[in-house]
Amino acid sequence: MPPAAAALDGRALAATSTPAGSPIRAAGILAALAIAAVAVPVVADDYWYNAILIPFLIMALAGLGLNLTMGFAGQASLGTGAFMAVGAYATYNLLLRVPVLPLPFSLLGGGLIAGLVGLVVGLPSLRIRGFYLVAPTLAAQFLIAWTFNQVGWFSNYATSSAISAPHLALLGRDLSSPAGRYALTLASVVVVTAVAWRLVRSRTGRDWRAVRDGETAAAIIGVPVSRAKLSAFFVGAAVSGVAGALWAFAYLGTVDARSFDLDRSFQAMFIIIVGGLGSLSGSFLGAAFIVLTPILLSHLSGTILGTGLDGGQIANLQRVVFGALIIGFLIKEPNGLAALLGSLVDRLRRLAHRPDPLGED
Amino acid sequence: MPEPLLDVLDVSLSFRGLKALDALSFSVTRGEICALIGPNGAGKSSVLNILNGVYRADGGAIVFDGGRLGQIRPVTAARRGIGRTFQHAALFGGLSVRDNVLAGLSRKSRTTLLDDALGLPRARAETRGCLAAADEILGFLDLAPHRDRLVSTLPYGLQKRVDLGRALIAKPKLLLLDEPMAGMNGEEKRAMARFIRSARDTLGTTIVLIEHDIGVVLGLSDHVVVLDYGRKVGDGPPSQVRSDPAVIAAYLGKPQ
Repeated sequence: MPPAAAALDGRALAATSTPAGSPIRAAGILAALAIAAVAVPVVADDYWYNAILIPFLIMALAGLGLNLTMGFAGQASLGTGAFMAVGAYATYNLLLRVPVLPLPFSLLGGGLIAGLVGLVVGLPSLRIRGFYLVAPTLAAQFLIAWTFNQVGWFSNYATSSAISAPHLALLGRDLSSPAGRYALTLASVVVVTAVAWRLVRSRTGRDWRAVRDGETAAAIIGVPVSRAKLSAFFVGAAVSGVAGALWAFAYLGTVDARSFDLDRSFQAMFIIIVGGLGSLSGSFLGAAFIVLTPILLSHLSGTILGTGLDGGQIANLQRVVFGALIIGFLIKEPNGLAALLGSLVDRLRRLAHRPDPLGED
Repeated sequence: MPEPLLDVLDVSLSFRGLKALDALSFSVTRGEICALIGPNGAGKSSVLNILNGVYRADGGAIVFDGGRLGQIRPVTAARRGIGRTFQHAALFGGLSVRDNVLAGLSRKSRTTLLDDALGLPRARAETRGCLAAADEILGFLDLAPHRDRLVSTLPYGLQKRVDLGRALIAKPKLLLLDEPMAGMNGEEKRAMARFIRSARDTLGTTIVLIEHDIGVVLGLSDHVVVLDYGRKVGDGPPSQVRSDPAVIAAYLGKPQ
């Protein structure tokens, strides 16, 4: 088989092995969970929690939310930052004003409120298609950030625009240590990802992808297109909302609209483009990439240049590297790291199953 | 005389003054395979697009299954039992063969978002039923071996068959096929003709199709309607239409 055909075939196989959920995949997910829940707390120190693990998990969740809306349902959105902000402020207000509600319910409530806002922001998708949909979501991004800054009620009339998050506790146990915040984040991410996993395999997820791949045909064969679009905005925004609440409470320790600006929306979009549009695992791969690359760059510059670069230079360097990578991915592998990993696993499996390199199987 | 499933009565359609259909009338009997033929631009696709609500007729009436088919939208047409396939298959490229076929059942789904998100019993039961229906259709169309393949990796002939399956799974009363054999080789055409005929025979689906291959049309259909410039120039069983001078003139031109 010529190499090009082999590569194409590999991609086709990789694509088909995803819906069924192969045993190798299941084993990989279980192993990752075991490491995250058991091994990490044994070895990780505060730096690992605060600088790598917690932001990685939360951004993976934010990316996952956008991936449901944009990667699975094909509805482009630059509102992720705004949905995260809604999730954070809603959770803050639930904790503040409804103190009887246990923490998980406040998080869930924050997510649902963000979902409802997402539903409203998604209304123009019923009339506007494709790339043009970016405009109304961008408007929502600015409008929502502005609202949180202007309307004092949302921040309980705090004098500074950054308000400190309430104390994190669940069933009498304090969760404010790095390990506690990591546990809260991990548990939330696992639960939300499990629900998302179910959803994309359900009839709802199938409708999303049908609308993405052929809206006109979907409408004609009777797929409820409007329901699919609005539910994708609702679910995606709700997931991003939970991520926003975690960002405020488990990562920053403050609720601040400025940490949910347009840059955050772009970051979520980079995560899913690099990681893989329409792939749940891609959100995690992309987030790992986005969180680890700056750390790697600063270490590299430290070892190569001796003195190291300052923060501003690293941030600029990072933009250049990310920009180049995004262009590269869009041209060479639009399905992102998830597809690269899939075809790699597939190639290894073939090598293992083919003792005679010249034999055709 | 058997009862008609579909009655098209004096239907007209024009695009900015250009008449695409001019007072067209024909009727389709329950359980028959009716072919619409005619030269390019005769208005065949317009008829299908009116029947499932993509275009709106300027005048005339359509009676389907005992009721008026007013100004409907495609979703309504699908709900009332009118299925269709597309000239260029128009499948969902990122979905597997089975998921494409399952999408044809979406509008019958009764699950809520919460059912789907949490995998509640109602969603599970519905999924079981849908998967059984999909497997039945895939078996019927000899697509079972390709069930989990990404549909965009299939050869064109198989894609057209998936398109047929996506329409058939919802058990439409009337199935509109827009050039089901376009771009196929002889063998693929024979297979497709066999599937269309057995869909009618075993599922009882009434079929209206557009096809350019006259040999295939005359062999497959029970009833042929010939259009030329938006008007009907022939209507009857294939044997009669084949020798109709008006039909021959529409295809070959009038003798001087």
